[in-house]
Amino acid sequence: MPTTAPAAQDPAQDSARDPETGPAHGLHGLHALADVTASDSTLRRFLHGLPGVDTVGLEARAASLGTRSIKTTAKAYALDLAISMVDLTTLEGADTPGKVRALGAKAVRPDPTDRTAPAAAAVCVYPDMVPTAKAAVAGSAVQVASVATAFPAGRASRAVKLADVQEAVAAGADEVDMVIDRGAFLAGHYLKVYDEITAVREVCGTSARLKVIFETGELSTYDNIRRASWLGMLAGADFIKTSTGKVAVNATPANTLLMLEAVRDFRAQTGVQVGVKPAGGIRTAKDAVKFLVLVNETAGEDWLDNHWFRFGASSLLNDLLMQRQKLATGRYSGPDYVTVD
Amino acid sequence: MASVFEYAPAPESRSVVDIAPSYGLFIDGEFTDAADGKVFKTVAPATEEVLSEVAEAGEADVDRAVRAARKAFEKWSALPGTERAKYLFRIARIIQERSRELAVLETLDNGKPIRETRDADLPLVAAHFFYYAGWADKLDHAGFGASPRPLGVAGQVIPWNFPLLMLAWKIAPALATGNTVVLKPAETTPLSALFFADICRQAGLPGGVVNIVTGDGRAGAALTAHPDVNKVAFTGSTAVGKQIARTVAGTRKKLTLELGGKGANIVFDDAPIDQAVEGIVNGIFFNQGQVCCAGSRLLVQESIHDELLDSLKRRLTTLRLGDPLDKNTDIGAINSAEQLARITALADQGEAEGADRWSPSCELPSSGYWFAPTLFTNVTQAHTVARDEIFGPVLSVLTFRTPDEAVAKANNTPYGLSAGIWTEKGSRILAVANKLRAGVIWSNTFNKFDPTSPFGGYKESGFGREGGRHGLEAYLDV
Amino acid sequence: MSDARLSVFKTYKLYVGGKFPRSESGRVYEVTDAKGKWLANAPLSSRKDARDAVVAARKAFGGWSGATAYNRGQILYRIAEMLEGRRDQYVAEVADAEGLSKPKAAAQVDAAIDRWVWYAGWTDKIAQVVGGGNPVAGPFFNLSTPEPTGVVAVLAPQKSSFLGLVSVIAPVIATGNTAVVIASEKSPLPALSLGEVLATSDLPGGVVNILSGRTAEIAAPLAAHQDVNAIDLTGADETLAKELEIAAADNLKRVLRPHPVDGTDWSATPGTDRMTAFLETKTVWHPTGALGASGSSY
Repeated sequence: MPTTAPAAQDPAQDSARDPETGPAHGLHGLHALADVTASDSTLRRFLHGLPGVDTVGLEARAASLGTRSIKTTAKAYALDLAISMVDLTTLEGADTPGKVRALGAKAVRPDPTDRTAPAAAAVCVYPDMVPTAKAAVAGSAVQVASVATAFPAGRASRAVKLADVQEAVAAGADEVDMVIDRGAFLAGHYLKVYDEITAVREVCGTSARLKVIFETGELSTYDNIRRASWLGMLAGADFIKTSTGKVAVNATPANTLLMLEAVRDFRAQTGVQVGVKPAGGIRTAKDAVKFLVLVNETAGEDWLDNHWFRFGASSLLNDLLMQRQKLATGRYSGPDYVTVD
Repeated sequence: MASVFEYAPAPESRSVVDIAPSYGLFIDGEFTDAADGKVFKTVAPATEEVLSEVAEAGEADVDRAVRAARKAFEKWSALPGTERAKYLFRIARIIQERSRELAVLETLDNGKPIRETRDADLPLVAAHFFYYAGWADKLDHAGFGASPRPLGVAGQVIPWNFPLLMLAWKIAPALATGNTVVLKPAETTPLSALFFADICRQAGLPGGVVNIVTGDGRAGAALTAHPDVNKVAFTGSTAVGKQIARTVAGTRKKLTLELGGKGANIVFDDAPIDQAVEGIVNGIFFNQGQVCCAGSRLLVQESIHDELLDSLKRRLTTLRLGDPLDKNTDIGAINSAEQLARITALADQGEAEGADRWSPSCELPSSGYWFAPTLFTNVTQAHTVARDEIFGPVLSVLTFRTPDEAVAKANNTPYGLSAGIWTEKGSRILAVANKLRAGVIWSNTFNKFDPTSPFGGYKESGFGREGGRHGLEAYLDV
Repeated sequence: MSDARLSVFKTYKLYVGGKFPRSESGRVYEVTDAKGKWLANAPLSSRKDARDAVVAARKAFGGWSGATAYNRGQILYRIAEMLEGRRDQYVAEVADAEGLSKPKAAAQVDAAIDRWVWYAGWTDKIAQVVGGGNPVAGPFFNLSTPEPTGVVAVLAPQKSSFLGLVSVIAPVIATGNTAVVIASEKSPLPALSLGEVLATSDLPGGVVNILSGRTAEIAAPLAAHQDVNAIDLTGADETLAKELEIAAADNLKRVLRPHPVDGTDWSATPGTDRMTAFLETKTVWHPTGALGASGSSY
C-alpha cells in the first residue's frame, strides 16, 4: 500500500490478514449488527429502517460542496492525491495484452516527463487480463484490480460468478470489483444479495480486497443506494463502489456523497472503515477535486488516501496530469503532452 | 484544525468594485450632499476598514426626496405598464451584468461570505426585478380588479442583513405598480443601494422615481412620518416596526411590516437525518444567523436528540469561518459592533441561565466583528435564548415527544415568521404545516426564497406579503 | 280586550361564549328609538366583559378555523335561514333603531339575510381566489394558502345597526376567524337579537361574541389586548380610530381602518377586502426532487 491510515482506524485491513476472523467478524461493533442478517425479514427491516434520503437536499449539498474553490497549494495536493487514487481502467471487449501493458506502464509512471508525478492506485481489467496486468505493473506499488461476478450485468449463476472471482484471485488480482445482483436487490431479496457478497468475500480470502459495485444508476433511488451501501458493508465489502461505467448514469457527486455518509456512519457504529469508489463519468480534474472535497467534508481526512478512496476512470488521469503540468509551469498543457493509452 | 487537505485562500478579487471615497444622497436623479453637510462612515465589518463616507440625510433631505418622488409620480404612474416593465427589465439585466461587482461590494459592506452574495443574494435580486417587471403591464389580471391604482409615494426602510435583496423586494413591486420610491438603506450597509442608484441612471430611469436617502434611524423615522408619503414599507426589528405602526396610526398610509422571528425547525425521528442537519445549519448559520426567518430554535424529537446533536456538532466542525471574500468561507463577519455586542450579551445570558453552550473550535480573526457558531442544549421554553430573537449564529436546542407538543412549542412565541418540518411522512408534514402559525414553512428544506413566493409573518413578525402576486397588494390602492 | 294585554318585554343580554350573560358590571343603559322613545335597557359592558369575550373567542378559534370550509358555509347559510324565519322581528327592531319606515327597514333586513348567503358561498372559494401555487425556480412544490388571523375585535358601524353589522361580522367568520363584536352604541338591539339567531344556527359558541355599551370604553381594552390578533375599526370615529390603532400596535394587530367618510353604502355588493383584511398567507415549500438518483429515464 502506498499509504496507510492509522492502525486503529484500519481494522478491516488488520482483520483481513487474520484468516480466523475475516473482516466482518471479530469486531464488537459488528456483533451488534449480527442479528440484522439473520433472515431476509430482519435484514429488510434494518435496511428499511435507515433514515430516508431527501433527493433535493442531498443534491443541493453535493452542489454546494462543488462550489469550493481549490487553488494553488491545495490544488497541487489534490491533483497528486487524485492521481494516486485512480484505478486506471480498461473494460472493453477489444482489450488486448498490448492495451493492458500500455495501461500498466501508464499507471506505474503516469507522466514520463515528470518523475515526481505519483503512480496511479491500480489498473482495473477483466479477469482474463489479470496476468498481463500483473506483469505490466510488477515491481511497483500499483495494484491490479479485476472486475468479476459476470461484470457488468451480473446475470449469471452463483457458480459462474464465483468461478469468475476464483480465476481473478488465482491469477493474482489484488482487488476484486464485483457487481451485486441488482435484480435480486430490486426484487427485495436482500439476503440473496448479502449471501452472494459474503460468498465472493470468502473466495477473495485474505489475498484480495473486495469492492462491491451497486450500479447506482440501476438502483435508481437514493434510499436504495443507502440501503445497498449498508448491505454491502454488512457483508464485508472493503470498498463500496458506485457503478460499472456501463450504464447511462454512473458516479455523481450526490450518490458519492451519500455513500460517503454511509461509510462515515458505518465506522461510527461498528468501528470498521470501508472505502468508497466512484466510477464512471469522472473525466476532468475539476470534477475529481470536487469529489475530494466531498470526501474531506463528509467522511473526513481519514479517507483522503488511496487505501480508502478511489476513482474508477480512464480519461481522468490525463486531465489530472495536464492540470498538474499547468500548475507546475503556469502554462496550459495540451493533449500532445500526455500519453495516449 | 490542521487538516491534510487545507484549502488555500481563494479570495474573490476586490478590484471588480470601485468604491468612491464619498457618496451623496440620490434625489431626483442626482447625487447631492445632505443639506446640513453631515456625513457618516461605512466600514467593512470583517476588517473595520472604512470603505466610504456617505451623506447623512436629515429631515430636510427626506422632505426633498419625498417631493422629488411626488413630482415624478404623476408621469411615472401614467406611463403604460409596458414601458414601466421595460425599465424594470433593464434594471434586472444590468444587475445581472454587474452581479460580480455588486456581490463583492455587498460582501465588503455587510461582512457576509462572497459564496452567499454570489450564489444567493445577487441571483435573487435580479430575479426579483425580472419577476415584477413582468407584472407591470398585467396588473388588470392580478386579482385586484380592473386598472388597480398605485398608492403614490412609497417610503421604504430596509435592514442591513440583505441590503440589496431587501431593496429589490421593496423597489421592484413598488415601481411595477406605478409608485415612486424614497428608500432608506440601513446605516451600516448603504453602499449597494447607492450603486443601485447608478444602475437606475444606466437604465435611464426618470429622475425622482427612485430616491435613496442614506442615514440612521432618524432619517427612517422622518421618512415614515412624512405627511406626503402614501405607503410605508419596513423590514427590520419588531420594536421599530411597532413604533412605525404607531406613527402611521390615524393616517391613510398603507403599511406593511416584515419583522423579527424565532423560527422553529422541527425534526421528527423519521427525518432524512443528513439533509435535516444541512437544513439546521443552513437555517441558523446562513448569513451568520442574521436572518429574520432563521431557524433559531431547533425542536428535536427526544428519541433522536443525541444522535442528531452528534451529527450536527460534527457538521459544525467543517464550517469555515473567516475572510468573507474567500470563496470557501461559510461564516462571515457579524455586521456591526453593536450587533456583535447584542449577540454576545444574549449568548452570555443563555449560559448564565444554565443552558449548555458549545462551539466548534475555530479561530476568530483579530480585527472585525466575529462570533463563532454556537449551540445551546438543555434549553427550555423559559430560557431567554429560546424566546428572544438573537439575530446571530446561535441555535437553541429543545426537545419534544409528540407532534402535538412540537406544534405547541413551535407556536409558543409572539413571532410567526418561519418554521421548518423534517419528516419523511407526508401526511405529518401537511398536518404540522397546517397547525403552525407562521407565514413561511419549509418542509424538508429551509431558507429557500423565490420572487414568486410570498414571504411575511403572522403575529408580531409583521403583516403584508412580499413576493409573488400577493406582494403587489402592498403597493396598490385596493 | 286583547289590546289591553300587557306585552312581555325582552331582557336584552350579551352573547358571549354561546351563552347570554348580563354584563359583569351589572349595569345597563337606556336604548331609545330614533325619536328618543325608550325601547329597552341594554347591558353596559365593562372591560371584564371584553376580556371574557376574548377568552371565549380564543377558545372557539381552534375548532372554527379547523372546521372544513364547507361546514362553515353550511352554518353561515343556516344563519340566513334562521333570520328569514324571524324576519319580522328584525324589521321591527331595525325600523325602531334607525327610524326607518317598515319597507325600508325590510329592505335592510332582506339585504342582511342575503349577505349571509353571499358569504356562506365564499367560505370554500376564498382560498382558491387568493391562494395558489407559486412557480418557484427550483425543485419545490410551493403553495400559498390563506388562513384566518385569529381573534378579531369588530367595532360594528354606528348607523347601520343590522345590515352594517352583518356586513362586518360575516366576512370575519366566513374565513375562520372568531369575533368579539361591539354593537352600535346607540342602536345595539338588533345586534343583541342577532346573538339569539347565531345561538340556534349551529354556530359554535364563542365564534361570535356580541357586546353592547360605550364603544370607546369596550374598544380600548380590546385594542390593547395581547390575545386579540386584529381589529376592525369601522364603528370608530377618527379620533377613536387613531387611539385604537396606536394601542393595536403593541402586538401588531392587523387593523382595518374606518372608511374615511361615514356613509358606507352597505347595500352594495362587497368585495373580498373584508375577508382578506383578516387572512394571513401561509406559504409552504415541499421538495419535489427527481424520480430517482439517475433522473427519470422512463
